[in-house]
Amino acid sequence: MTALTHTSQRLRRGLVSAAGAIALTGAGLMGGLSTATAEETYRIGIVTFLSGPASGPFGVPAANAARLLVDELNAGNVPAPYDTVGMNGVRIQAVLIDEAGGPSQQVEEYRNLVQRQNVDAVIGYISSGDCLAIAPVAEDLETITVMFDCGTSRLFLENPDSRYVFRTGLDAAADNIAAVHYMKERHPDARRIAGIQQNYAWGTDSWNDFTAALEQIMPETEIVESQMPRLFQGSYGTEISVLQTRRPDIIHSSFWGGDMEAFVLQANARGLLQNATALLTTGESGLDRFNGQAPNGTILGGRGPFGAFAPENELNNWFTEAYRERFEMNPTYPSTKMAQAIFGLKHAIEKAANGASGKPDKDAVADAFRGATFESPSGTVEMSRAGGHQAMQSVAYGEYHYENGEARLENVISYRGECITPPDGVAALDWIADGMPDAECD
Amino acid sequence: MPNFDAILIDGLIYASWLFLVAAGLTVIYGVMRILNMAHGSFYALGAYTAASMLGWYYAGGSDSSVLLAFLLLIGCAVLVGLVAGLLIERGLLRFMYGRDEILMLIVTYATLLILEDVIKLVWGVNPYFAFQPYVALGRMDLGVLTVARYDLMLVGLAALVGGGLWYWLERTKTGKILRSIIHDREVSAAMGVNVKLMFTITFIVGASLGALAGAFTAPAISVVPGIGIEVIIIAFAVVVIGGLGSISGALVGALIVGLTRAAAVHTVPHLELFIIYAVMAAVLLVRPHGLFGQPVARKI
Repeated sequence: MTALTHTSQRLRRGLVSAAGAIALTGAGLMGGLSTATAEETYRIGIVTFLSGPASGPFGVPAANAARLLVDELNAGNVPAPYDTVGMNGVRIQAVLIDEAGGPSQQVEEYRNLVQRQNVDAVIGYISSGDCLAIAPVAEDLETITVMFDCGTSRLFLENPDSRYVFRTGLDAAADNIAAVHYMKERHPDARRIAGIQQNYAWGTDSWNDFTAALEQIMPETEIVESQMPRLFQGSYGTEISVLQTRRPDIIHSSFWGGDMEAFVLQANARGLLQNATALLTTGESGLDRFNGQAPNGTILGGRGPFGAFAPENELNNWFTEAYRERFEMNPTYPSTKMAQAIFGLKHAIEKAANGASGKPDKDAVADAFRGATFESPSGTVEMSRAGGHQAMQSVAYGEYHYENGEARLENVISYRGECITPPDGVAALDWIADGMPDAECD
Repeated sequence: MPNFDAILIDGLIYASWLFLVAAGLTVIYGVMRILNMAHGSFYALGAYTAASMLGWYYAGGSDSSVLLAFLLLIGCAVLVGLVAGLLIERGLLRFMYGRDEILMLIVTYATLLILEDVIKLVWGVNPYFAFQPYVALGRMDLGVLTVARYDLMLVGLAALVGGGLWYWLERTKTGKILRSIIHDREVSAAMGVNVKLMFTITFIVGASLGALAGAFTAPAISVVPGIGIEVIIIAFAVVVIGGLGSISGALVGALIVGLTRAAAVHTVPHLELFIIYAVMAAVLLVRPHGLFGQPVARKI
């Protein structure tokens, strides 16, 4: 997601940030460490939305995953290859911080984490604006920083010499290229395409990526409408009317959270989604929440092989079960992405330690993380882009199906990372405009 | 070629919602001269209470009556207005009466922030999805559009609220007393009017109207943290265009914003964000106190 510096966050940042940091640091300490501070610990700053509209669908599921993994890793309960206690035998101490408040505040929070709280590493950031602001500061402060969710293509284009910054989540351009591939396979006759996006960087970038990919992969299609309502608008009556009058076959939307749920509810109630198929690039987070209000056949994405798209493997089975048991709900894609970042860091630390005990040097961790291949609930992750700092994975799409009170995904198709990810050093839009040369699709 | 029927229908529906949101805000300002930022919290409290109650109500089975659900929504609004309105007016605002309007603005803004976090403590941060009444009424064809009957019902509700407020202020004894307070608070008090009681009643009515807007919006949206803050900005734009404190001004302001926004979304959607505030700026350039606002001499 991109910058969420909306009015409320700016206005509330003093109060919310202070309260959030204090209260949730406490929560983190309770979860991560209740033992004496004399013990050597590996301190990790976890930064995600704990207040505001992004907290429910993204921030809290990610924070839940962090709490779960810190406790389970400290207890040595995680299956192989992560069955050693904590990070290389050193117990983890988590410091949870609210991401609300915008990039300037997050830079302050980051400096506070590194310089006052003395964390060894930071994992976080849903907002792309926050990622872009934090990356140069992380390099200045020489602190291992793992971006777990933000999708901006500019992260490593603007920071090409990164040493300490890594991203285990995927570049958002891949979501939209995969979306067009899926459309071509499942809706080859679609001709009239419309879009509705939130009016900020995430929405406009998603639409630009999608339309550029559409031009290359399905040039026979026509864009009949593009709506850009205000972020958190909630009611989309007029936009739905416009979409009705344009009679699209497919409606692409990068809406997320409450906005996505409200749009689907209102569009379906007015019959729009009986005549057009919605393609929701972040729709997986609504899989268990639509309660049948999305018509069967609605296309959902999960921004990678995460959440309900995660494959069957021992690590994912354990993670899903442990998450369900503790929080009485299924993990969604932000949960899996947070788990992926923590496992990536653990892999790098233990590889850097190379059998020695204790905390390895941060430069050794950075060297070990660069270009690493590690296991995650989403499968094998290769840090093979941006000079070994950016993960590359497949992106899957599927269709929503609701029956007898149960929601599931049908017709899931996964697109390899090599098919949908631009090569190193190439901007996604340029690569798409050039016809996606060297894309390795099945 | 823009479709004028569609613009009119969409504009009316949106204007109705705007009027519902702004009515309580303008009633409180008109009588009490308080720019009540906490109005957004009443909206949010109404929405969250309604979403919770609907969740409870529909958990009982699929044969639940939609009429009872609507009564439940009204009940939620009255409950929120009574409890939150009374607590805030008696517990906080009455100590501030007679102070500068800017101070009241800051106090109610602080209240908004506190209530935002109270809402988070009570309801958490996960969205609430209480769609059943919205879906239950179905949809109908209206010209080129297919509209949700629930949205059309909101037009009726807004008309009812507008008519009710007019009747209350113009045809009842309480309304006459309130108008005397609006005209001159001190003389009214000298003539034996219990101004404090009238303030309490007005604040509860205003809070209930805010909660009513939230309660009836809840089934059409996903109720998320921060909706109160989002709504207060647009509500202010409406009452400022119409003139602070004027019910008819709020109605005209809502219609202007609703229709202008609908026209923008249908014709130049990328200007939608800008157009509402452009209209507000244009109105204030010509009439600095809004369309129905009266200039007030400032005491120095």
